[in-house]
Amino acid sequence: MNFDFSLLTTELALFVLGLSTFVLGLVVPSASRRGLGSFAALGLLLVLGIAVINWSNQGVLLNGMYLVDGYANFFKVMFILSAILVILGSFRYIDQHVGHHFEYYSTVVFATLGMVVMASAGDFITLYLGMELMTISFIILVAFRFMDTKSLEAGMKYLLLAAMSSAVTLYGLSLVYGATGTIIIGEVAEAVARGGNSPLLVIGLTMLVAGLGFKVAAVPFHMWSPDVYEGAPTPVTSFLAVGSKAASFAILLRLFLGGLGDLHGQWAMLVAVLAALSMLVGNLVAIPQTNIKRMLAYSSIAQAGYILVGLVAATEAGVKGVMFYAFLYIFATVGAFTVVAAVYNKIKSDEIADYAGLVQRAPLAATVMLICLLSMAGIPPLAGFVGKFYLFQTVVQGYMWLVYLGLIMSMVSVYYYLRVVLVMFRDDPKDPSPIEFGSAANMTLIIAMVITLVLGIYPGPLAEVANTAAQTFFLR
Amino acid sequence: MNVPVLTLTLLAPIIAALIIVFIPKEEDKLCKWVAALGTGVALALSLYVYFGYDQSVGGLQWVDFGGPVPWIRDLGVTYYMAVDGLSLPMLLLTNLIGFAAVFASWNVTLRVKELMIYLLVLIAGVMGTFIAQDLFIFLLFYEVVVIPIYIMVIIWGSSKRVTKEYAGMKLTIYLLIGSAFLLVGVIATFVQSVAITGTPDMSFEGLARVDFPEQFQIYMFGLMLLGFGSLLSMWPFHSWSPDGYAGAPTAVSMIHAGVLKKIGGYGLIRVAIFVLPLGAKFWAPYIAVLGVIGVAYAAMGALAQKDLKYVVGYSSVSHMGYVLLGVASLGVVGVNGAVANMFAHGVMSALFFSMIGFIYERTHTRWIPDMGGLSHQAPRLSVGFMMAAMASLGLPGLISFIPEFTIFVESFRVFGWLAVLAIAGIIITALYVLRAGANTLFGPAREEYNHVRDLRGPEMVPLVLLGGVLVIGGILPSLLFDMVNSGVAPILVHIQEALQIGGR
Repeated sequence: MNFDFSLLTTELALFVLGLSTFVLGLVVPSASRRGLGSFAALGLLLVLGIAVINWSNQGVLLNGMYLVDGYANFFKVMFILSAILVILGSFRYIDQHVGHHFEYYSTVVFATLGMVVMASAGDFITLYLGMELMTISFIILVAFRFMDTKSLEAGMKYLLLAAMSSAVTLYGLSLVYGATGTIIIGEVAEAVARGGNSPLLVIGLTMLVAGLGFKVAAVPFHMWSPDVYEGAPTPVTSFLAVGSKAASFAILLRLFLGGLGDLHGQWAMLVAVLAALSMLVGNLVAIPQTNIKRMLAYSSIAQAGYILVGLVAATEAGVKGVMFYAFLYIFATVGAFTVVAAVYNKIKSDEIADYAGLVQRAPLAATVMLICLLSMAGIPPLAGFVGKFYLFQTVVQGYMWLVYLGLIMSMVSVYYYLRVVLVMFRDDPKDPSPIEFGSAANMTLIIAMVITLVLGIYPGPLAEVANTAAQTFFLR
Repeated sequence: MNVPVLTLTLLAPIIAALIIVFIPKEEDKLCKWVAALGTGVALALSLYVYFGYDQSVGGLQWVDFGGPVPWIRDLGVTYYMAVDGLSLPMLLLTNLIGFAAVFASWNVTLRVKELMIYLLVLIAGVMGTFIAQDLFIFLLFYEVVVIPIYIMVIIWGSSKRVTKEYAGMKLTIYLLIGSAFLLVGVIATFVQSVAITGTPDMSFEGLARVDFPEQFQIYMFGLMLLGFGSLLSMWPFHSWSPDGYAGAPTAVSMIHAGVLKKIGGYGLIRVAIFVLPLGAKFWAPYIAVLGVIGVAYAAMGALAQKDLKYVVGYSSVSHMGYVLLGVASLGVVGVNGAVANMFAHGVMSALFFSMIGFIYERTHTRWIPDMGGLSHQAPRLSVGFMMAAMASLGLPGLISFIPEFTIFVESFRVFGWLAVLAIAGIIITALYVLRAGANTLFGPAREEYNHVRDLRGPEMVPLVLLGGVLVIGGILPSLLFDMVNSGVAPILVHIQEALQIGGR
């Protein structure tokens, strides 16, 4: 049994950071607590450095309970990056609308820790532990503007539905345990290979699809997401949309390809139908939305549909596609939501109509919004195009209809993205005063924009990293 | 070749756009001059490349960085910029029209800085499609152009018969849905090529070497035809074209009708036919029929229009029908004619739209019955208008006569009676073009247009440049035809070989 706890450096560093943010918050006078945001961001940057340095320090801990492989490391870097971007983008929003700085920042760090644990989870208990750490942190964060009834309502909804989905997931896990007699994902795979498929296993598997389908907000388990996205404080929405979703995909792949890969025939069609429904419903229902957060919520449902395509393929290329797409999705989504948060700071509205003339009031923000939305739509030369190319090429053989559906729906999505562009670029602003974002939020915007552009034009390096990471995934 | 000339040509407008980003938005004139400089440099470079190309050697020349540079290894994508006799006329056309389009927008006063940025990005995007020799990079540029066009239409467009929002969205959605099918085709072709050869390779040459099964080729060619066809405004996917042009500002109409559409024809030859020859063989008769229907239908449509831009919009659909007919002949003479006709039509329609733009700026109408006698007040403008009109009906001595003639010769050989129908379209073309010219320019002078001032200063650039090309191309057709032939002939040789191996 391997007890090399140096493999856990990243996790420990995150843990220390979360605690020290919290403790510092208690110690320093309330007037200077807003500086904790910078502290958390810098700390996360340090953790990011640690994670990158420890990239090649890979191994299996405690008989497969905890897997530190390229796949997990890729996701960890992704989560930490998105946490940094979200925190940088949220300084002003938290200052103006929320307060309670240190609780906010340390909860974000703990949510990140939860995701990081999920990425490495090698057995059901660790997986559940990470998932709950993340989910509970998010329940707190969603309801963080507790003076605002919308935020409270969102928090309540999220609490109830998250509890329910956790229960379903747990029930599924216990059934799989019952059928295979083990909770270690690697051993589940062996048991499945030996024992074939018992009805118990199939029921457990279906439960898992439902429970995790809720986490990634795939249709028909998506109902919560527009309401929660709309009500939650905007930076939280953005972290929920990227971090929570990507982490759930990380375990989804781990469970279904790592553990239940031999049952591919049983679940592939199920997942393909979920993917297709998500692309259809997400994109079509996004069209009539007038609130930008709701629109982005539906669009992120559609994005989940695209990513699920990579799971349907159940190949190395599919895993790579998922990783690549999740990575670029993070930047596009955080970029868009940061603009939403900053605009809200000034005009106190999330209605698309109120974005009139944004390009004249804040040229950078409007440009970033344009680029992020078009990346989600998959228009070259932005990252989304390459991502979709990687994803859909994996299902050409066998699921051609999914390719048609996905590509046509992403062109349909251009319709509602362009409506935002129309308002931002064509109209003259009612109030032409410029909108200031603050240097931290500007940094988030510029990073999101540059990475979205660079990944679209020169995706080679990231694709190679994702490729090697995906290879470690199937080693066991 | 040490200096990457093609990359520099591509970068010239992009650099100009970046410079404009930092110019204060009150400095309208400066923005325009920088844009003119950027496109001017690109035009000069592409002329240099055009006349430096060695036709006796043929093949791909001016290869940047000495060959394909690996770009995305796992997809086999390479940064491979080079030109042959097929790309070069298109590259030159892009820059001719791009340069002219800047001057055609010289009188715009609304948000000039932004207009110039989008225009330059658009020009660079179009240029990229013609010099990339890699399918993936081609696709990157192919769709880049959609968004600047949309933004330009909704801000600077006009809402005469359809609102500019409607026009812009229709333009965008049509092209994107078409490109979705194209993308399915490309992805499937790529996956299949990897399955056959084992190594990913996205270059046109690499894909063309793969032996795809016949059924597969027919399937994929159909998808690509849908994508490229809707960009080329192939009947029945043409309806975006008249509406789109009518809503678009002058510069967009010029570039869209002049070169963007040609990406469809170029892609059809370079990608679909070159990579999937058996598919081409299967679909050629259908393409010819659609082309002829397009010629006749759109000519009739143009006849019924009273809005100048709609006349030219339908006329361009009609002319693309000839291009399709030439392509469908799958013979050297016919494809030569098709490519040359794309060039000719590009210059002609760009001149047409720029003149209409100037007329509209001055009279605030495009409605033919409201106009008349403009030649009295604006003789130079009328000259430009009539030159474009004459080229449109294929007057010998102007650039489009020889291309149309060669298309007819070859298609008559291949398709017989179909070609006769297409030739009859010429008569209708003459009818609507001459009528539009007569009712707009000639007749007694009208007093309400006495304030109309003739072209002068920078406004002369589109007229002199594009009009000059119309005449030179008409008198010295070999300048264009030899070049086109050196590019088309090897492609068709490849196809003939493939067809013979394919057991036919």
